[in-house]
Amino acid sequence: MKQAPLLSLLVGERGTAVFLAIVAIVGIVVPVMHLVPAQDSALQLSGYTMTLIGKYMTYALLAVAVDLVWGYCGILSLGHAAFFALGGYAMGMYLMRQIGTRGVYGDPVLPDFMVFLNYKELPWFWHGFDMFWFAMLMVVLVPSVLAYVFGWLAFRSRVTGVYLSIITQALTYALMLAFFRNDMGFGGNNGMTDFKDILGFAINTPSTRVALFVASAVALVLGYLACRYITLSRAGRVVQAIRDAESRTRFIGYRVESYKLWIFTFSAVLAGIAGALYVPQVGIINPSEFQPINSIEVVIWVAVGGRGMLYGAVAGAVIVNYAKTFFTAALPEFWLYALGLLFVVVTLFLPRGFVGLLDRFGRKPPAPPASPVDVKAVVA
Amino acid sequence: MRRFFRYAFVFVFVTVLWTAAAKAQTTAPAPGDVFATAVAGLAADNFPEKSAAVTALSELKHPNGRAVLAALLDGELYFRNSDNKVFITDGGEELLALTDPLTLAAAGSGKPDDYSRITTNNSLRKTLRSAVASFALSDPDAGVRLAAVREMLRSIDDDSVAILRASMEKESDADVRKAMHEGLALADLDSAEADTRLTAVAALKDSLSPDVYNRLTAMVTAAEDGTFAEPDERVRTTAREVIASIDSSRRVYSTIETLFFGLSLGSVLVLTAIGLAITFGVMGVINMAHGELMMLGAYTTYVVQQAMPNHIGMSIFIAIPLAFLVSACVGMLIERGVVRFLYGRPLETLLATFGVSLILQQVVRDVVSANNRPVETPAWMAGSMQINEALSITYNRLYVILFMIVVFVILQVVLQKTSLGLKVRAVAQNRNMARAMGVRTQWVDAMTFGLGSGIAGVAGVALSQLTNVGPNLGQQYIIDSFMVVVFGGVGNLWGTLIGGMSLGVVSKVLEPWAGAVLAKILVLVALILFIQRRPRGLFPQKGRAAE
Repeated sequence: MKQAPLLSLLVGERGTAVFLAIVAIVGIVVPVMHLVPAQDSALQLSGYTMTLIGKYMTYALLAVAVDLVWGYCGILSLGHAAFFALGGYAMGMYLMRQIGTRGVYGDPVLPDFMVFLNYKELPWFWHGFDMFWFAMLMVVLVPSVLAYVFGWLAFRSRVTGVYLSIITQALTYALMLAFFRNDMGFGGNNGMTDFKDILGFAINTPSTRVALFVASAVALVLGYLACRYITLSRAGRVVQAIRDAESRTRFIGYRVESYKLWIFTFSAVLAGIAGALYVPQVGIINPSEFQPINSIEVVIWVAVGGRGMLYGAVAGAVIVNYAKTFFTAALPEFWLYALGLLFVVVTLFLPRGFVGLLDRFGRKPPAPPASPVDVKAVVA
Repeated sequence: MRRFFRYAFVFVFVTVLWTAAAKAQTTAPAPGDVFATAVAGLAADNFPEKSAAVTALSELKHPNGRAVLAALLDGELYFRNSDNKVFITDGGEELLALTDPLTLAAAGSGKPDDYSRITTNNSLRKTLRSAVASFALSDPDAGVRLAAVREMLRSIDDDSVAILRASMEKESDADVRKAMHEGLALADLDSAEADTRLTAVAALKDSLSPDVYNRLTAMVTAAEDGTFAEPDERVRTTAREVIASIDSSRRVYSTIETLFFGLSLGSVLVLTAIGLAITFGVMGVINMAHGELMMLGAYTTYVVQQAMPNHIGMSIFIAIPLAFLVSACVGMLIERGVVRFLYGRPLETLLATFGVSLILQQVVRDVVSANNRPVETPAWMAGSMQINEALSITYNRLYVILFMIVVFVILQVVLQKTSLGLKVRAVAQNRNMARAMGVRTQWVDAMTFGLGSGIAGVAGVALSQLTNVGPNLGQQYIIDSFMVVVFGGVGNLWGTLIGGMSLGVVSKVLEPWAGAVLAKILVLVALILFIQRRPRGLFPQKGRAAE
C-alpha cells in the first residue's frame, strides 16, 4: 500500500477505475441527454431508456451485495432478492401513504387496497411510513434485522454450503407466500402501485426521474466503494480466508461466525437500499419479487460477470439484464434457453466470468480463487 | 347289436325325462298368473280396486313388482284402451315406448291416443311409496336396502315406521340395521311419551349422521323466551350427554382423517424427495433439475395415455417403467454432460443444474405446449371408500400411500441387497477408499444419478394424478422436496421417509387451524429453526466424509 488509502480505494485496481469512470460518465451524460435536447432530437434519450438504465444500476448494487457474501465470503445466498424486495416494500409503503386522498377511494389514511379489503384502520406496522426518514430507516432496518437474526441462527450452528443455500431459498419462498396473503396487509398479490409523488415531487416528471437516476448512480458508487473498502480492510482479508478455508481460519482463532454475520447483514442492507431505489423507478412492488428464481438470477449475474471481483458483479448484472431486455422483446421463447445455457456454460467454462475472460487476454491471469470445498477436502 | 339297443334305450329314457321336465316347467307358473291378475287389477276404474291390486302386488314380492309400482308412482304406467292391457312406458309425448310388465321385455311402441295413463290419488301414492320402499327393503343387495332406508328417513311417517319395524327383524346386514335403528329412534323423538323419547335419545348415542346431530342440538337449544323444543328435563340432559359423546367420536374420526390426509401428503413429499436424497447423499450434489425430471415423468404419463386412449386403466402400469427410463436417461445425460465436471464444487453444481432445469422447462414448452395437459385418472383410482358418515377415504390418496411404500421398499432392496447398492453405499461413505478397493466411482456416480432421476420420473407419474401437468410442475415441488431432504438428513432413506411423513402430517394438522398458506409458512419457519439445532438433519451422514 504505497498510495494514499483513498486513492488506492478509487484507482488501485484497473477494473474499479474503469467502473467509476463509466458510472460517472453515465450519471452525467444520461440525465443531460434526457433533459436538454428537444423532444424529437436524435440526441434525446427517452425517459424509458433512462429509467431502464437506472433499474440496471439498482440491480448492479444488488449484484455487488451478493458478490460480497458469495464471492468474498463463500456464502451462496439464494435469498438475497428477499432483502431487495423488503427494502422495496418499505419504500412502497411510504409511496402509498403519500398518495393520500388521490386514490380511487379517496381515503385520507388508508391505501386503496385496504379500503377494498375492508380494513377499518391502519395496521400498526404501517404507522410512521408517512414520514420519509422513518421509511428510509426501515429500508435499512428491516433487511438488516432479518439478516442478522437469520444469520445469527444459521452461522452459530454452522449451517454451511448447500444447506445454507437451501434454507435461504426457503426463507425467500416463505416470505413470498406470506406477502401473497391478502390479510398480511401488504396488498396481497397485487402489491403496491399507482404511486403519485415522492418527497412532494410528482414521481413521473422528468426532473424527479433524473433525481432518482442520479440517486441510484450515487448509491451504486457508494455501495461499491464501501464493499471495496471492506474487502481491502483487514477484516475483509479474514472474510476471504473464511471463504478459502473456514475451519483453518477458525482454528487460527478468528470468530468466523461474527465475520460472516456482519458481512451478511451489511450485504442485506445494500440489497434493501437497492430495492428502495428500484421501486419508485419501476412504479410497482409485488410479491413476485420474492420468487426464489429472482435470487438465483442475481447469483448468475455475479457468476457471469466474475465473482470475487466487485466490478465483475456490476458488469454481470448489466450484461445479463441487457440480454434479458433484448431477448424478451425480440425472441421471448429463446430467453430461457439462453439463461439456462448461461448458467451451464459459465459454471463449466468460465469460473471467473467474463471479466476473468478479458483478463486472460489482457494480461497474465492471477491464480483463480480456490473453491472453498476443495480446500476443505484437503483439510479433512 | 346289443350295444345299439343299450344306446337306444338310454336315448329314449333321457328324452322322456327331458320332455317331462319341460312340461313341469310350463305347468308351474301359478305365481305369474296371480301377478298378471294383480297387474291387470291396476287398470281398474276406481281407487279401492287399484289400492287392493297394489297391496296384492307388494305382498306377492314378484321380481317385476317393483318396476310396475315405481312406474305407477311416476305416472308412467298406461293401459291400452282396446283391451285394458297394462304397459310400463317411458311417458313419451309423441310415441310411447312400451314394456310388458309381465316379462319386462320391450313390447314395441304405440300412439299416446290409444293408451290411457293409470291415475293415482294421494292415499294411493302413499301406499305406493311404502310398497316401493318395502320392495327395496327386501332387495338381496345390501346397498340397495341401505339406500332405501336413507330415502325413507328423509320423510318419515307412521307408515314408513311400520315398514321399517317390520323389516328390521328380517334384516341381516349390520349397516342397514343400524340405519333402520337410527331412523326409528329419530321417529320416536316425535313421540308424545317422554319415556319413549328418552329411550330414543339414548339409542342415538352411536350415530354420526348430521341429521341426528342437528335434531339433538335443536332439542337442547333454548328459544328466545327460554323455553326448549324438548319439554322434559331428563330427556334434555340425556340429549346433552349424547351430543357430547357424538362430538368426541366425531373428533376422533376427524383426527383420523387429518392423519390420513397428512400421510398422503407426506407420501407425495417422500416420493418427490427420495430421488434427491439419493443423489445428494451419495454425491453431495444438489440437483436443481430434479423437479423437471418429475415433470418429464408426468409428461410421459400424458404421452402414454395419448398413445392408448382406450386403456386408461392400464396406461399407468406402462407409464411407470417408461417414466423411470425417460427420466433416468435424461438424468444420466445431465450427469455425464454437466455434473461430473463439477464434483467437489456443490454450489456450482447447484447453479449449473438450475440452468439445465430452465432449459428442460423451455423444451417442454416448445415441444408439447406451454399450457397444462390433461391427464386422465383411471376409473379404479377415482371415488372414495365410505367408512362411516364421518369418515371417507379417497382412493387416489390411498394409492399414493401404497405406491410410495412400494417404491420405498424397492429402493431399499436395491440399495441393501444388490451389488450396485453396495457400491453406491461404499462411495457415499468414503469415495477415495471405495475407489482404492476397485469400485469404478464414475460409473457408480452415473448409475446413482440415473437411479435418483428415475425415481423422480416415477414420482412424476404419481403427481400427474394429483396435480396439473404443465411446464411449471417441477418448480412447485422442488422447494418442498429440498426441505424434506434437509430435514430428514441424507444418512439413510429412513430419514427421508420420516422427514416427509412428519412434514406432511404437521402441515395437515396446522391447516384447519391456520389455513393452507400460513401452515406452509409456519412449516418452513419451523424447518429453518430446526436446521439450527440439527444442521445435518434427523439422520446425518456418519463417517469422515461428513466432515
